[in-house]
Amino acid sequence: MSPDALVGRGTRQLPVIAWLVLIWVLLWGSFSWANVLSGLVAAVVVTVAFPLPGVTEHARFRPLAVLSFLGFFLRDLAVSSVQVAWAAARPGPPVRSAVIVVELRTDSDLLLTLIAETLSLVPGSMVLDIDRMHRTMLVHVLPVTDEADVERQRADVLVVEERVVRAFGSSREIAALDGPDGPPAEAAADDAGRNR
Amino acid sequence: MVREILDVVAIGFLLLGSVMALAAGVGLVRFPDVISRLHAGTKPQVAGVLLIMVGGAIRLAGTPVVWMLLLGGLLQMLTVPVSAHMISRIAYRRRHVREDLLVVHEAGFAGLADLQDDPPGDQPADAPRDQGDSG
Repeated sequence: MSPDALVGRGTRQLPVIAWLVLIWVLLWGSFSWANVLSGLVAAVVVTVAFPLPGVTEHARFRPLAVLSFLGFFLRDLAVSSVQVAWAAARPGPPVRSAVIVVELRTDSDLLLTLIAETLSLVPGSMVLDIDRMHRTMLVHVLPVTDEADVERQRADVLVVEERVVRAFGSSREIAALDGPDGPPAEAAADDAGRNR
Repeated sequence: MVREILDVVAIGFLLLGSVMALAAGVGLVRFPDVISRLHAGTKPQVAGVLLIMVGGAIRLAGTPVVWMLLLGGLLQMLTVPVSAHMISRIAYRRRHVREDLLVVHEAGFAGLADLQDDPPGDQPADAPRDQGDSG
C-alpha cells in the first residue's frame, strides 16, 4: 500500500476515532487528559486492527441544520410516541396500518442509514426493506385510517429525508433533493427507455 | 428551594417516562401483528427510556453517572431501530402480517424483490450476489 493510500485511510477514519474517543470518555464518566489520551490510543488501535470502509464520502456536518434536525427529531419523537401510545390504549377495533414503497433521492450509505434510523423512531414509520441500488425503501406506517393518511405519511418520509440530507449531506446530495430525480448517473441508465 | 423544584421536575420526567413505557407494553399486547407491535416497541419505548434518563440525570446531576445515562440514551436511539428493522423485515418476509388490516399494501409481498433480480418469496435474498450482473 502506498503512503498516500495510508494517509487517505487515516483521514477517513478520523470521524470514527473521534466517536470512539467520545464514547471512551463518556464511559469513564469524567473528562481528563489522561482519559482522552488513553481513549485516543485505544481508538487508533481499534481502527488499525479492524479497519472499516469509509462511509463519510458524501457527508458533511452542518451545525445549524443539525440543530434544527435534532429539534424536529425530538418533537417528532414526542408526537409519534403519543400517537402510538394512544393507538395502543384507545378502545375499539385493532389499529390499521399500511405498507408503502418510497423512492428516495439520496445516494449515500451513511445518509440512507441515518434516514432509516430516524424513520424507525419517528413519524409512525418502520423500515421493512431497502433496495440500495434503486434507493427505494419499503416502509410500514401506523396508525393510518384512509388513503389520505397514507399520502401524508409518504410526504413525512420525504420530509425526514430532506432534513437528514440538509444536516449531514454534501452539496451534491442537497442538489439531488431539488433536482428532478436525484443524481443522474444511475437514474439515467434506468430511465433510458422512458425519456421525461 | 431550588432542590425541591428540581425534584418535582425530575419526578415529572420519571412519571411521564413510566407512562410511555406502560403504553409501549399495552401496545405490545394489543397491536394485531408483529410489525405493529414493533412500532410500540420502538417509539413510546425509546421516548420512555429517554424521559426516565432525563429525570435520573436531573436527580443525579454532578455525578459521573449522568454521562453514562447520556451514553445509554444515545445507544438506545442507535440500536433500537436496527433490531426492530431486522425483526420486522423477517416477519414481513415470512408474511406474519394481518393483511386485512392494511389500508394500502404497495407492491404486495414481493416487496422490493420485483426491482431486484432475485425471485420473491423465501429465497435467501441476503445471500451475496454478483453486483456486476444486476443494475
